[in-house]
Amino acid sequence: MQHGKYRFIVGFLVIPLAIYAIFVISPFVQAIYYSFTDWTGLSSDMKMVGFDNYTRLFKDSVFWAAVGNSVTLLLLLPVVTLSLGLFFAFMLNVGGRRRKKAVIGGVRGSGTYKILYFFPQVLSIPIVALLFQFAYNPESGALNAFFKAIGLDNVQPDWLGDPQLALWCIMGAMIWANVGFYVVLFSAGMSSIPKDFYEAALLDGANRFNTFFRITLPLLWDTVQTGWIYMGILALDVSAFAFVQIMSVGPGGPDYSTEVLPLYVYQKTFRDGQAGYATSIGVSLLIVTLIFSAIVMRLGRRERLEF
Amino acid sequence: MSVQTTKPPAVTGRGGAGGKGGESGEGRVLNVFSHGVLVIWGLLVTMPLLWAVISSFKDDGEIFGSPWGLPSALHFDNWARAWDKANMGQYFFNSLVVVGGSLIGTMLLGSMAAYVLARFDFPGNRFIYFLFVGGMGFPIILALVPLFFVMKNMALLDTYHGLILVYIGYSLPFTVFFLSGFFRTLPTSVAEAALIDGASHTRTFFQVMLPMAKPGLISVGIFNFLGQWNQYLLPTVLNVGDPDKKVLTQGLVALAVSQGYKGDWSGLFAGLTIAMLPVLGAYIIFQRQVVAGLTAGALK
Repeated sequence: MQHGKYRFIVGFLVIPLAIYAIFVISPFVQAIYYSFTDWTGLSSDMKMVGFDNYTRLFKDSVFWAAVGNSVTLLLLLPVVTLSLGLFFAFMLNVGGRRRKKAVIGGVRGSGTYKILYFFPQVLSIPIVALLFQFAYNPESGALNAFFKAIGLDNVQPDWLGDPQLALWCIMGAMIWANVGFYVVLFSAGMSSIPKDFYEAALLDGANRFNTFFRITLPLLWDTVQTGWIYMGILALDVSAFAFVQIMSVGPGGPDYSTEVLPLYVYQKTFRDGQAGYATSIGVSLLIVTLIFSAIVMRLGRRERLEF
Repeated sequence: MSVQTTKPPAVTGRGGAGGKGGESGEGRVLNVFSHGVLVIWGLLVTMPLLWAVISSFKDDGEIFGSPWGLPSALHFDNWARAWDKANMGQYFFNSLVVVGGSLIGTMLLGSMAAYVLARFDFPGNRFIYFLFVGGMGFPIILALVPLFFVMKNMALLDTYHGLILVYIGYSLPFTVFFLSGFFRTLPTSVAEAALIDGASHTRTFFQVMLPMAKPGLISVGIFNFLGQWNQYLLPTVLNVGDPDKKVLTQGLVALAVSQGYKGDWSGLFAGLTIAMLPVLGAYIIFQRQVVAGLTAGALK
């Protein structure tokens, strides 16, 4: 029996573990090693250069532009997306007309709203990014056409072509793509909070604004925290790369105004043939990610309340 | 778990009966306000999508001349051009092959690993579990540089099976995390009964445990399907050598670049719409399952 059990365990684990080790673990470990070499990626020649790549980072102005933009995304994207998500979810759940017994109630048609809001979540990033790229097009895009239609002929921004606006345009698309998911997620959480809590608070003279901050938010905090980390990783990694790479001019432009860390890693490896240096940029991205997760995990740790 | 997922409230029949005079002013103002903001966001979400669909029926002149106008005639030829000449058909097929293979592989291998890690005690169990789960928090771009060269040395670049293996690898962390949590909640008695009746561990897994885990498998299956179908970063790095092997997401971006040069905007909108409608259609049909699948991870 024991013998059979171990053979079974090994038999079931060996293939998934092998795939995972070869394609996920080993590249991560190698990346750290390569960050101490002058590897170009074009040939297999390389030599150890110690911390040269890392000291070079300090003098690389494009790197610092990318850090600035990535950190801007990291600070704003989760907060804006989650706040909008919480706001709409709260409107869905307490904005309804008062019924006979219930003190608060959901709005009519909340199911329909949720179905619509979730649309962007099932679309791929290229679809969303390309759609917005057209909408931002200065000549024929939907936005400038709209401004013309309402008589604002002078307001015809360059959107993605304007270094002052480009990053905000991309952030707008990313927010658009993600809010719906959090509306649905938070709404599910809110509808499971017992109505008596609100009833008691309203009897005690609280208004709806207070109930949100005193009851809803604390009880949803675990979910908000998880969402915050998801959004943070999204702002730093894959999603930011895809949106910037597809939407921005350059990509990363104009004038490095949309350059972000994952895009810079990609460009240094596959455009400039500096794979060793690129991995040191990747390692700094990893460090930013870990610091961010650690901070969010510590924010408002509290006892879990079961209800 | 402090916040439970509940069934989405029924869409209709909730509002009607109540409002009989006793409503306060505050409530009514709030009601109007909340409908107002909810409708605005609803429009913000749907307008760009509708705009793309409408534009796909226009000719290029109309797209430039009146971006918000309706098409004068329905130009279905845009769609035909995108499907044939711009290779959307081929890209669709490539995505189907890759995601078909990787989804089956992810579900099979992920559930096997999760089951063993959730239900058996052996030295190294915790270590392997955290090795898998830890993969969720790392920036993938860091691994991609060496991964490209690993794939190159194994002659896996620009192949279906190479992409399938990589998709499986990067889907395993969440799959193992989610399913091992799920297997842990299932009762042990049924599996024990099967073992006592002489079934092997393997047979118990496939014939007893997997059927019991069906709700969890569906959730994580939908999650993985959408993630892999919409995958853009991995193919952008690992599948660029052969234009005929592009998956749909890559194909769209390539289409945007090439049609941009040719000025064939209508073909491009048709391509976008072709890529968009099947996913939206499937979502509307399986709405409840899709929402449950995608939110499952965040609610655990």
